[in-house]
Amino acid sequence: MKPNVLLAIETSCDETAAAVIEDGKTIRSSVVASQMESHKRFGGVVPEIASRHHVEVMTIVMEQALEEAGVTPEDLDGVCVTEGPGLVGALLVGVNAAKAAAFAWDVPLIGVHHIAGHIYANHLVEPLEFPLIALVVSGGHTELVYMPEDGVYEKIGETRDDAVGEAYDKVARTIGLPYPGGPHVDKLAAEGTDSLGFPRVRLEADSYDFSFSGLKSAVINTLHNARQKGEEPEQADIAASFQAAAVDVLVEKTMRAVKEHGVSRLVVAGGVAANSGLRQALTEAAEKEDVQLTIPPLSLCTDNAAMIGAAGYVRFRIGQFSDDRLNGVPGLELR
Amino acid sequence: MIMLTIDTSTFALSVAVVDHDRTIGEWTTHLKKNHSIRLMPAVRMLLEECDLSLQDLDAVAVAKGPGSYTGVRIGLMTAKSLAWAAGLPLYGVSSLSVLAANARGSQLISPFMDARRGQVFTGLYRFENGKLMQEKPDQIRMHDDWLHELAAGGEPVTLISPDYSKHQELISQTLGELELPAHAQDHLPRASSIAMLAAEQNPYKNVHDAVPEYLRLAEAEAKWREAHGK
Ligand SMILES: [Zn+2]
Repeated sequence: MKPNVLLAIETSCDETAAAVIEDGKTIRSSVVASQMESHKRFGGVVPEIASRHHVEVMTIVMEQALEEAGVTPEDLDGVCVTEGPGLVGALLVGVNAAKAAAFAWDVPLIGVHHIAGHIYANHLVEPLEFPLIALVVSGGHTELVYMPEDGVYEKIGETRDDAVGEAYDKVARTIGLPYPGGPHVDKLAAEGTDSLGFPRVRLEADSYDFSFSGLKSAVINTLHNARQKGEEPEQADIAASFQAAAVDVLVEKTMRAVKEHGVSRLVVAGGVAANSGLRQALTEAAEKEDVQLTIPPLSLCTDNAAMIGAAGYVRFRIGQFSDDRLNGVPGLELR
Repeated sequence: MIMLTIDTSTFALSVAVVDHDRTIGEWTTHLKKNHSIRLMPAVRMLLEECDLSLQDLDAVAVAKGPGSYTGVRIGLMTAKSLAWAAGLPLYGVSSLSVLAANARGSQLISPFMDARRGQVFTGLYRFENGKLMQEKPDQIRMHDDWLHELAAGGEPVTLISPDYSKHQELISQTLGELELPAHAQDHLPRASSIAMLAAEQNPYKNVHDAVPEYLRLAEAEAKWREAHGK
């Protein structure tokens, strides 16, 4: 049987991405144009500037994805696109490009949830088996998702304030590390010791929700108090203590979700899945509990369109298409 | 030459199919509704009503700004993607020129759009031998200053804008009898005019080159440049 070939598009934040995916699991091409350099000087992503960049490169990125995959529009069976959540202006660029392309090629259009994409990035590494628990950690998200079967998502926990990646960036800024701070904190943490006793915020005993603003404040206060006394605490110890506190809570809640839902498969997704402290702690915990764990390689952890094609294929297979009225929805719920 | 034309740079959503100087179909609304939801269905409906498919088209043309950043991006990204995906040439025309094209006569025409905080996107045009010529480039100005500049020119001028009523008082105060009022129905951009304007220029050498004409830096960029003395 001829494979199903989908073009996928992702523009929810500051990466303009397109990919060609075969049967929802084989990456034929995956192109990511990062804007990180132009947002660096602002210390964060500026929505209007992100939208402007997306318009400039969107068709170039789509064309490159087709070329690298060696396919022509006639080979395509559908177009997938991130419909949310994300920056509304950024989402609109991808959504309108996808709608126009699907119309021009007369193929189905499939709107995809960005987090579903992150979870299905794992499917590109090793086929997903259900039921499973997914831990989604990025600059915009900290979520625990229970998936009883293919394409069915139950969000069981989420952050009540900062996303874990956001906390990493703020801590990085406080101790004077360059943007984006997450990877720098991770690197520095490896050189320090967890000696500062930052709080592990666990909320209610039965809750799968997260809170990182208290931890972030503890880091800022500790540094502030020390500086008032004319001391400068070891940067590496701050990074290590912060990372240990964040990772402890993430791993503990994730493993509790795994046990209480009786699943034997755990997947991790999102940019913070690249964090070595988190990877190591989860790997150890999963081994101890005899749970199969997948963490995608870095290129599939950060935003990309291959993951959107993988998640979109689930909807494509059952004919769950979007229509011409598809819109960018910044606060789209995972369903 | 059959051209599909799109303008979503203001609250008006206008799409048209034009064969040379004959409008085959045009659909325009002036509603505070979401262009992103409505543009693609509008294009599909218009082509269906005109018994045309994308294969019957020879080109796509779009109002490339200035105007609402989001509105311009939706129209331009849709037109750009359509042209790229269907292998058609793409034309981009000034959104202000589309407004100016509504005026009749040989007087000066100043189309404008509200750009907030007393500013407008505006420019100066005039028809010569049936062709719309640009007298002053599209720009962003304090409306007050711009109107005084027009008044100082001493020549009758017609102002065209979907935001006309909001600015009417300032206009009549500043220009008085120099203003040649447009008809009320001429303040809305009509996509069919884009075809006439596009016919006077070249398509983008490469469809990828098409970008909106914002006429203004993103706010964060402007502040950054100010802070860094650039
Ligand atoms: Zn993401």
